[in-house]
Amino acid sequence: MIRLEKICRTYQLGGQPVHALVDVDEHVPAGEHVAIMGPSGSGKSTLLYTLGCLDRPDSGSYWLAGREVARLSDEELTDVRRHHIGFVFQSFHLVPRLTAAENVELPMVFAGLPRAERRERVEAALASVDLSDRLDHRPDQLSGGERQRVALARATVMQPRLLLADEPTGNLDTSSGRQILDLLDHLNDAGTTLVVVTHDPSVARRAGRVIVLVDGHVVRRLPGGEVMGAADLFAP
Amino acid sequence: MTFNDLFRFALGSLGGHRLRTALSLLGMVIGVAAVVALTALGEGARRYVIEQFASIGTNLLIVVPGKTETTGLPGMVGGMPNELTLLDARALDRQIPEIDKVAPLVVGTDDASFGARRRQVAVVGSTWEFEEVRKLSVARGEFLPKADLQRGRPVVVLGLKVAQELFPGGEEPVGRIVRIGGWRMRVIGVLAPRGVQLGMNLDDVVIVPVVTAMKMFDRRSLFRIFVQVHGSAGLEATKQKVLRLLAERHDGTEDVTVLTQDALVATFSQILAALTLAVGAIAAISLSVAGIGIMNVMLVAVAERTREIGLLRAVGAGRRQVLVVFLTEAALLSAAGGLLGLAVGWLSIEILVQVFPALPASPPVWAVGAALALSFGVGLLFGWLPARRAARLDPVLALVSR
Ligand SMILES: Nc1ncnc2c1ncn2[C@@H]1O[C@H](COP(=O)(O)OP(=O)(O)OP(=O)(O)O)[C@@H](O)[C@H]1O
Ligand SMILES: [Mg+2]
Repeated sequence: MIRLEKICRTYQLGGQPVHALVDVDEHVPAGEHVAIMGPSGSGKSTLLYTLGCLDRPDSGSYWLAGREVARLSDEELTDVRRHHIGFVFQSFHLVPRLTAAENVELPMVFAGLPRAERRERVEAALASVDLSDRLDHRPDQLSGGERQRVALARATVMQPRLLLADEPTGNLDTSSGRQILDLLDHLNDAGTTLVVVTHDPSVARRAGRVIVLVDGHVVRRLPGGEVMGAADLFAP
Repeated sequence: MTFNDLFRFALGSLGGHRLRTALSLLGMVIGVAAVVALTALGEGARRYVIEQFASIGTNLLIVVPGKTETTGLPGMVGGMPNELTLLDARALDRQIPEIDKVAPLVVGTDDASFGARRRQVAVVGSTWEFEEVRKLSVARGEFLPKADLQRGRPVVVLGLKVAQELFPGGEEPVGRIVRIGGWRMRVIGVLAPRGVQLGMNLDDVVIVPVVTAMKMFDRRSLFRIFVQVHGSAGLEATKQKVLRLLAERHDGTEDVTVLTQDALVATFSQILAALTLAVGAIAAISLSVAGIGIMNVMLVAVAERTREIGLLRAVGAGRRQVLVVFLTEAALLSAAGGLLGLAVGWLSIEILVQVFPALPASPPVWAVGAALALSFGVGLLFGWLPARRAARLDPVLALVSR
């Protein structure tokens, strides 16, 4: 599904180069569940946005489903994001003026799907996150957990093969978080490739494999089950 | 993304900020309303003048003392002109066969009174031909008699309003003696209602024989001469003959101006049309100011919705789609402003026409079209920059912006 070779991403900050990603090599087979861990500022989000074709690496190559992303035009990248990738963010990123149903509908609106099909899919997606009774609620009328479930419904409504989540439980209490994680596991069981950025060892433990980033370098790879605490993980 | 979806999405985001949307609309509304109302006013003035001229007869030449330059209107330059006299008028009548009737004209103002009632009136001195040349008709009694041009008999034809005010309550004016200035005159007729024409309210005049008027006001010359040309004769050829004859009579100097109705109408029409255009153009400038207002609102919207733009990109909106979304919002804003402005402009014209019924004010079609097209174009033009800024945002930076 994903193959990264010597991916580098450097930001310029006041003339100083900041190395967000340095020579990252990675292979994620289709259907895998990967967690990315690392201290703050280690490049986790940068890696995730790179995987999601929102950010382009400065060097290195990225193959997604057999296609090299660097060769794709802006429009082709948009098409890839539209049909193959779903995003879930720590801060939900729902459009405040739109209802839950309209937020979920958004990706299909831009993909130009016919309205009848959209309606059907919205209902199915919200039902799958157990929010059938919240279709016409605006984000400010929903709890944090409910918002993240709406966001998850939006991320999956186009049935992407790759789901990327940046600290999906970072703003949630334990039980809402567990609900989201269960839903993610469920999607992974159904074949969706899942990459989750997290600080939380208990979230990482659910992953088949954990990648540890420090200062833009991949410093460790270990099975999810072997994750104990954060402190020992990030030690060089 | 279908047009329908685009429309709904744009409408939704505009609806999210009602006050801001309304304020930016206001500029557009005022601009379009100004264009529509002001051009309607100018066009109304133009039509008013044309109607005025159309109501006097065709086949009419108007001889005015003094030579004009190019405007077609009598000029004041070139020193003292020779004066137009009654003999000039008679010569025109007798020596040019194409001329049907000649009506000399002298005007002044004086008091008219009957018993204790008194009012100021415009006094028109002319001859019996004036009735036909100016298409007047007499409601009661008769018009001026076909007497010798040189005889100044003390008779008067009253305009309708003058008659009503001097003889209220249905009293019969014909045959009574009224005073005009210091002169006692017998009323021989009352004009049928006519209203304002060529700047003269014909309901508000009294008409006396031309020589009488010249005596009253101590004048030796005429204000102008109306010449009615035979229907079959060419107006332009006759005009040349008139000019030649009068030049001959005035020691070879061409010191009169002969106006034809066409030339007068064309000149006035041109002047007023130019004025309308100028006023409309000035009002149109306010449209570009309105456009800047829209740009401002859209720039604020882009800044405020940066995170939303990042999200749209993440869920599969292309740069072009983002551009189109914001352009649509700007276009909707300006189109709504344009239509509202049209309504406001129309309303103000309706009110104006209620207040001044004589003014046939209605906006010219070109002005309505131009105002709408311009408002829409201005919206797109000034919406372009913010929309492009939205489309060019880096999706990651947009997503994480605060
Ligand atoms: N747009 C940017 N301009 C400059 N520097 C940036 C930019 N985005 C990220 N960085 C820097 O790149 C490094 C990696 O950032 P990134 O957001 O990937 O970290 P992270 O691992 O997600 O951290 P956190 O756990 O706090 O979310 C950081 O040092 C950050 O300051
Ligand atoms: Mg991060």
